[in-house]
Amino acid sequence: MLTKRIIPCLDVRDGRVVKGVNFGGLRDVSSPLDLAARYSRCGADELVFYDITASAEGRGIFTGILRETAENVFIPLTVGGGIGSVADFDRVLKCGADKVSVNSGAIKDPSIIKKAAKLYGNQCVVLSADVRRVDGRFTIFARGGRDNTGIDAIEWIRRGAEDGAGEIVVNSMDTDGVRGGFDLEMLDAVCRAVSVPVIASGGAGCIQDFITLFKSVPGVDAGLAASIFHFGEVDISDLKRAMRDAGIPARISDAGGGDGGEEVAEREAAAAAEDKKAGQLPGKKQIHRNGVRK
Amino acid sequence: MTAIVDYGVGNLFSLRSSFGAVGEEAAVTSDRGVIMSADRVVLPGVGAFGDAARKLSETGLGDVIKEAAGEGIPLLGICLGMQLLFERSFEYGEHAGLGLLRGEVRPIAETVPEDSLSGLKIPHMGWNSLDFDLKEGNSHPLFKYIKNGDYVYFVHSYCAVGCESSRIASSFYGAPLTAAAARDNVAGCQFHPEKSGRTGLSILRAFCEMRRPGS
Repeated sequence: MLTKRIIPCLDVRDGRVVKGVNFGGLRDVSSPLDLAARYSRCGADELVFYDITASAEGRGIFTGILRETAENVFIPLTVGGGIGSVADFDRVLKCGADKVSVNSGAIKDPSIIKKAAKLYGNQCVVLSADVRRVDGRFTIFARGGRDNTGIDAIEWIRRGAEDGAGEIVVNSMDTDGVRGGFDLEMLDAVCRAVSVPVIASGGAGCIQDFITLFKSVPGVDAGLAASIFHFGEVDISDLKRAMRDAGIPARISDAGGGDGGEEVAEREAAAAAEDKKAGQLPGKKQIHRNGVRK
Repeated sequence: MTAIVDYGVGNLFSLRSSFGAVGEEAAVTSDRGVIMSADRVVLPGVGAFGDAARKLSETGLGDVIKEAAGEGIPLLGICLGMQLLFERSFEYGEHAGLGLLRGEVRPIAETVPEDSLSGLKIPHMGWNSLDFDLKEGNSHPLFKYIKNGDYVYFVHSYCAVGCESSRIASSFYGAPLTAAAARDNVAGCQFHPEKSGRTGLSILRAFCEMRRPGS
């Protein structure tokens, strides 16, 4: 049975995860690679890396980190932030991203969705929308929620899906940061408008918020959040178990041994790769060792 | 060494990395000599069947893959690469496949009974559980390190049908869809083992233990 997905989102600037992170057992709490590996071990179904770098240099660091993560973490990886052209798609896909999320870039040039979908397939193109109610109407905001575009959100999302966006991330600015739960009304309206997968974002404060989300809006495929995972307020393996207890299909990697099995396997895999690498390229610095091993 | 066939379709970065993660050297190649001397061969692929089949034919790599399969070299098709192993596909027209496995590729929407279709999103995207088709009570050697019901990651709108004799696992999405198929040294999985966490790596590890005759 297809499961509901849980997706942590990491904001990355100049190669570091922004927003305080509160994790025991991690050597470097703001290393995107360490955090990505940890989330993968806990049962995250996918990861989103959001590039909030402003400079070209920072962008280069970002793609380097993306590459290193894709070499060590084997779950789907979506990249967003600063995607404004097909060349941007190309740049991050070459570094191991599986999907690319476009937001303001599509508002500036809506044809990017069609172009990218034709080149890389619909499954690769994620339309991310920042939505807020204005006079009772769902409205699209651009530039990280700063600019009111006046565009009707439901119409915008429907058109994006028609143009080839294979997945929609709906970020409700009305519930974002409030931690009072997801925006069920907005998500329901989007799910009625499109037949592609819908990812809910904005508002998660506790495990129950995810249970309510999947129970109340069955059309939603995934829940995305950032700080509640980073701060350790919601542990993904606890969340998965709670989902399953509530009758929501959830991927739990090892029914008996918990997540330890995954951790061991991933460490073994990393170690095997390193040994191999070390054997072939004597003297080369083993940069991945700290990445996956605790 | 495992040869990952590069015929100009898709991004092979993650796939090559995943073989590295199970300690296997993998070469991304379009060279016949490298493919024919490899211990095993992987046929990857994303995108449309027709495009991919045309590229395999234009580059001559389709014939190389058939030759390698004929020599008994273990072959694993992944996602579209698995679909290409069958006889034909009906994705935007009708296209011939490599014919290494019996069966054809049809839209998921045609495979699922009508009363199960409502609310079913296409593509089938996300993590779904594997139901092994047991042969003489045993699961296929590719699954030796995983359990029935383990989850793998899918992204597809078409699926293989008419392949009951070679099907080794299915996943339920409105109907049981072919998740993996195998016959002798030729195998394919519809899901992405390189994106399926520990379960996926365990499948690749099992594949890397398959040997060509005489080695």
